[in-house]
Amino acid sequence: MSPDAAPMPEAMAPRPWRIAARHREVASDEVFTWELAPEAGPVPAMAPGQFNMLYRFGVGEVPISVSAIPAHGRHLVHTLRAAGSVTRAMQRLAPGEVVGLRGPFGSAWPLTEAEGRDLVLVAGGIGLAPLRPVVEAVLARRAAFGRVVLCSGTRSPRDRLFTAELAAWAARDDLEVRESVDRATADWRGEVGVVTQLIERGGFDADRALAMVCGPELMMRFAVLALVRLGMDEARIHVSMERNMRCAIGFCGHCQIGPHFVCRDGPVFPYPVMEPAFRVREL
Amino acid sequence: MKERLRVLEAEPCFATLEPHCLRLLASCAAEFAVEEGGYLVREHEPASAFYLLQEGSVALEAHPAGQAVVVLQTLGPGAFVGWSWLLPPYLACFDARALTAVKGLRFDAEALRRGMDRHPVCGYALLKHFTALIVQRLQAARLQGLDIYADGDPADVP
Repeated sequence: MSPDAAPMPEAMAPRPWRIAARHREVASDEVFTWELAPEAGPVPAMAPGQFNMLYRFGVGEVPISVSAIPAHGRHLVHTLRAAGSVTRAMQRLAPGEVVGLRGPFGSAWPLTEAEGRDLVLVAGGIGLAPLRPVVEAVLARRAAFGRVVLCSGTRSPRDRLFTAELAAWAARDDLEVRESVDRATADWRGEVGVVTQLIERGGFDADRALAMVCGPELMMRFAVLALVRLGMDEARIHVSMERNMRCAIGFCGHCQIGPHFVCRDGPVFPYPVMEPAFRVREL
Repeated sequence: MKERLRVLEAEPCFATLEPHCLRLLASCAAEFAVEEGGYLVREHEPASAFYLLQEGSVALEAHPAGQAVVVLQTLGPGAFVGWSWLLPPYLACFDARALTAVKGLRFDAEALRRGMDRHPVCGYALLKHFTALIVQRLQAARLQGLDIYADGDPADVP
């Protein structure tokens, strides 16, 4: 925390945004997506990987990565999982209701650095949400990138997110989608196994490729190991860290990992920056 | 034999195997094919063979009592199916069902074990290679068992 910097008041004041649309992403509705429109003022420019603080008035606030950046520029899109008291309260909101939003905050996925290279995207569970806008950005400028491989793992078939997009992407011949689930019954026709299995197949230029990894930290650790075993340079592997971010502007320290604030210096980090933290047990 | 040797030489996991050890492996191999829905092996059957998949995919399945069949893992081209041939009592632990039409190489387990005993240098080299694959499979299985996508401590989740 810089002792010389004062917090910008506007960075701590949520603006009202209306839920313009709400989509159920899984049958249980545990994961859902909001399209948010500002009650007044502009829609801020956001980059894939960044997040906003979303506020359920009277309940609490949570950091949520942007999960789509519509080209029309009128909405922001966030995918939430009802896992705690605040997100469960948000789950009960209907289109037309108003939430608070402040942001954007944080670092973005290094899309410019990925140009001209093969791109490997590794998503675990809801980690696919922050990577979805990467896929959309890449497809919007497809010729700028080499081979693009998306490896997506989830717990079970019913936990798969964005199934319509996944099917559309899998049907393309300029994007390879590899999916697996950790557990399934015999009626599942897809792959069963951990997401690292999907990485181990290779099929990209490991010497020059860039990887973006998002999911539970244990999954990210093993995914990085699998990428490095294929010959990838750690410096070209980027991870999105998740911590209990509160202020989002690097003051409260809740999200601090060693010398870094996830909200201010991340959430996207080059893996070598986070590697020492990954080795600390129980961190 | 030449074609089988060519297939084995192209396998990344055997990249450092000496040629005479590859020939031992190839001498125990034969082409196989199983139609969709067919089984390469069933639980409790003698593990008289193991398989290297070249086309198609296979599901390893378990049958918990009173529950639906559980798919433990799916395997595709380049994967080996079957480890129970390595150690007594040489009985398969799971079903291996062809999800699609499957083709590849089938290895005679007893012939290979005899060859490995007679040629211990090759036997040791092959065992090291298979152990590396088994360790990889075990680590993946442990990761699966951790249920990493489940919710964490609710007190930590906003």
